[in-house]
Amino acid sequence: MERIEVLKTYKLYIGGQFPRTESGRYYPLLNSKKQTLANISLASRKDYRNAVVAARGAFGGWSSKTAFNRGQILYRIAEMMEGRKMQFVDELMVQGISKSNAVKEVQTSIDRMVYYSGWCDKFQQCFSAVNPVSSSHFNFSVPEPMGVVAAISGNSSSLLGLISIIAPVIAGGNTIVVLASEKYPLCGVTFAEVLATSDLPGGVVNILTGKSSEIHSHMASHMDVNALLYCGDDKAEIKTISELAALNVKRVFVRSEKKLEKDEHENPYYIMDFQEIKTTWHPIERVGGGSGNY
Amino acid sequence: MNQKENRISKTEKKLENVSKTVFKDWKYAPSPESTEHVKIAPRYDLFINGKFVKPESKKYFDTVSPSTEKKLSEIAEAGEKDVDKAVSAAKNAYDKTWRKIPAKERAKYIYRIARMIQERAREFAVIETMDGGKPIRESRDIDVPLAANHFFYYAGWADKLDYAFPKTNPRPLGVAGQIIPWNFPLLMAAWKIAPALATGNTVVLKPAESTPLTALKLAELIQDSGLPEGVVNIVTGFGKTGAAIVNHPNVNKVAFTGSTDVGKIIQKAVAGTSKKITLELGGKAANIVFDDAPIDQAVEGIVNGIFFNQGHVCCAGSRLFVQENIAANLIEKLKERMESLIVGDPLDKNTDIGAINSKEQLLKIQEYISIGINEGAEIHQSSCALPNKGFFCKPTLFLNTSQSHRIVTEEIFGPVLAVQTFRTIEEVIEKANNIPYGLSAGVWTDKGSKIFHLTSKMRAGVVWANTYNKFDPASPFGGYKESGFGREGGLHGLSAYLTI
Amino acid sequence: MGISYFDDTPHVDQVGVEERIARFSTRSIKKTSKMQALKLALNMIDLTTLEGKDTPGKVNQMCYKAMHVCNQLPELPTVAAVCVYPNHVKTARKALNGTEIKVAAVATAFPSGNSTSSIKLEDTQFAVSEGAHEIDMVISRGEFLRGNYNFVFDEIAAIKDACGKARLKVILETGELSTLDNVRKASDLAIQAGADFIKTSTGKIQPAATMPVTLVMLQAIKDHYKKTGKMVGMKPAGGISTAKVAINYLVMLHETLGDSWMTNEWFRFGASSLANDLLMQIGKEQHGIYQSKDYFSND
Repeated sequence: MERIEVLKTYKLYIGGQFPRTESGRYYPLLNSKKQTLANISLASRKDYRNAVVAARGAFGGWSSKTAFNRGQILYRIAEMMEGRKMQFVDELMVQGISKSNAVKEVQTSIDRMVYYSGWCDKFQQCFSAVNPVSSSHFNFSVPEPMGVVAAISGNSSSLLGLISIIAPVIAGGNTIVVLASEKYPLCGVTFAEVLATSDLPGGVVNILTGKSSEIHSHMASHMDVNALLYCGDDKAEIKTISELAALNVKRVFVRSEKKLEKDEHENPYYIMDFQEIKTTWHPIERVGGGSGNY
Repeated sequence: MNQKENRISKTEKKLENVSKTVFKDWKYAPSPESTEHVKIAPRYDLFINGKFVKPESKKYFDTVSPSTEKKLSEIAEAGEKDVDKAVSAAKNAYDKTWRKIPAKERAKYIYRIARMIQERAREFAVIETMDGGKPIRESRDIDVPLAANHFFYYAGWADKLDYAFPKTNPRPLGVAGQIIPWNFPLLMAAWKIAPALATGNTVVLKPAESTPLTALKLAELIQDSGLPEGVVNIVTGFGKTGAAIVNHPNVNKVAFTGSTDVGKIIQKAVAGTSKKITLELGGKAANIVFDDAPIDQAVEGIVNGIFFNQGHVCCAGSRLFVQENIAANLIEKLKERMESLIVGDPLDKNTDIGAINSKEQLLKIQEYISIGINEGAEIHQSSCALPNKGFFCKPTLFLNTSQSHRIVTEEIFGPVLAVQTFRTIEEVIEKANNIPYGLSAGVWTDKGSKIFHLTSKMRAGVVWANTYNKFDPASPFGGYKESGFGREGGLHGLSAYLTI
Repeated sequence: MGISYFDDTPHVDQVGVEERIARFSTRSIKKTSKMQALKLALNMIDLTTLEGKDTPGKVNQMCYKAMHVCNQLPELPTVAAVCVYPNHVKTARKALNGTEIKVAAVATAFPSGNSTSSIKLEDTQFAVSEGAHEIDMVISRGEFLRGNYNFVFDEIAAIKDACGKARLKVILETGELSTLDNVRKASDLAIQAGADFIKTSTGKIQPAATMPVTLVMLQAIKDHYKKTGKMVGMKPAGGISTAKVAINYLVMLHETLGDSWMTNEWFRFGASSLANDLLMQIGKEQHGIYQSKDYFSND
């Protein structure tokens, strides 16, 4: 008799844990033959709230890790992805992607993670400034992470879109709650397993599955979220989240998932979208030789 | 010996008498800045497409001096049609001239504006003070020079943008709709117009209704500068005029400085459009003084933090945190220093604190003062006498406050300081950040390592360490959280006006 | 460990001090307040000659000027004092006999202060015995800078004893102290050791008196007064040669220590060329026309 396969339960990833949705709801993910591939957790606004609490809790620690250390952790994530390459490929294929495209997507995803890993301790150097003010002050501007970012993935991919959202946000020291692609949710959950076994502290990345139509407005209105990233293409949803963002002056970014595989998605300005610029002033004492030659 | 001693004491007595007669109650005699060389027209129209044109609305409103309550001029109120004309002029200028002018040449127009402001600096300073009530010392030494410098700084960027944003091919956005507040009327116009022009955009700017004069004077100057018609348009009016700009479909960029409440309305209004937006909103900054601070300079920093420009400053250091072990000494010094602040005629060169910008604002401040009293905070005001006419407010402290007081968490936008004490660094970091705003913060300590720890923990866009309320065209300014987003000033201020 | 003199000595931020100075310097003093200030400044001057080539003749001429700053202008006060080397005290006392003008003597191996304690004491005792009303001593900057604060303190205290009834002005020679933090420390030290006045400079070292240095010293005086109720005087010396700058100093004094200090009992200008510039300004205020140096005596 053929061995019975052990099927995987797809759950949410919140604060480093894999809870089922508190709502107990799910939606069936079907393949092209209308067969159920998995029962996907249908995250509720309360799951989102819990994820934001986890993300906020993780922000202090993650943002104050050394930039070099963040780089190492992102690189470690890439290493773990490499080890699970075949699993991602299989999952992409059951979601209807051809083998060659699946392999390409997984490779690009891993490389993209490596790309942003490298930026962790470099973008600050490119985007900081020492400002030559006209008074006796030392004045410099540096990027600092915004805080908690909420993101909604589009439906153009299962893995690469998610990686392209998460990597620049966490490379910059933010924490994130991301709603995985509604249509292709499987890799998101597997990616969460990668994160759970990497050195990434719990709560830095929180991955929900579910329907954007159901929770986008709650994601946009939450008062403890600093910024939103929307990668879908629903104009009405864009308008709604942009309006609700005004409740606490969230920064909103809408990004296209077109040509995700292209290098233009490897871009330090995507890190900078989720950075604040902080400018610091301090007097410079000028005594003795201060005004003379040296 | 006795004789000698006698003579010494006699001499001393005589000398003392001489001094006292020479010098009894030295007060600074009035020293008003002359207004003779200043021309204010009885009426100002809208500046659209290089010309002053009458408003389609046919409506005018008065602008009054808050220190004398006298009408200075009447100002056109732009309606939707007028805004449409201004936006069309700006779009036309963008499409037909401004975007085609080589960046090098664009720069030279901006340099020219900078120079002309310098040439007419005193006139601008006097008008700013007459219209807005701020002391002439500030308009003369801070607002106007900084405005000119801002144009000068950004002029030089016009042909160097590729170096600011490598590998991006930075491009202008089109028409920038800009709405500015009444606290720094000319300076805010410069903060808005200079980077917009340098990056190749055209402008429709709306000054605040209570302080339109220097922006209109700037329009005259721009006319003189030969800047192509329609590149800068200045439309005056109230909130409705501003809304018409924000909602106009041909506006590609909205830049707003003002209250957080209005900022939220604007953010909502542009939701779902492709308009790029920057907001510079309210604040309630913590100014933190540790026991190892240079205390006399800290007192100056506190005074400068809250009483500069009558406290009408979004980044004002309106929440003072003093380490408990030095609180008594510091507050005594602060109270004494407040006594030496001269409150009165803004045109007098010795005035430190001028008039509150409008009656409405004065009422708001007075309401907050009574809220503070009702909340049980201990009030202290300087003993200065206030002029009989005009809108004035005494420098005010509230002692024994906590984060739970409304006067501590709400932006008053006046010369009112809420004082709290703290014991430890962890405590003060938490309290400083315990607010929806995040524009600025101040830190006073002599210990470098402590400074860097604190400045990195402040969730605020501008942190002044051992100084306060410093501004420079090269220095980016803007907030975290509900204090808005985007930066103005410096290299970082360019991106607000570019597609990168 | 010696005694800590600096428990209450605050740090000083130089840039902040200069910003405060800018505020004093942009005060606009006009009309009656200007006239008052000019006369007061004149009345606060320690007219000074401290040259190797000083002679009785020179001292006598200066003393005459001290008594008659400008006979052509009515209702002028005299200067506060003349300041000379100890060996000219007698000449000055004689010349100023019967006037209100005091005689100050620099002592303690002025200007370097590099000598033995006994010589410094003798120097002081001699000046006092010759009739000096005031002693302007210098501190031992070398000892101060090497951290030998007890030495500096004890020296000041010993000179104070030797002064008897004469008032002691302690010259910090701020131009050699490098930082405002040191100026503040030296001020606190001198005040605690018994100085009646603290004074910026000998006039022999550049920079001499500056407004930032003076402000820091005024703040030390103020803090001491707050703590003990005891007033200490202030004397900026050297480099103040124009009426405009003198008025800036008076504004600073007015806004820092207040009116009780605004007499020559508690504030002096150590200057020689300031008097004539004040006179020219007084002349301008009285006659409404700008003046020339040719019309004011140069003693």
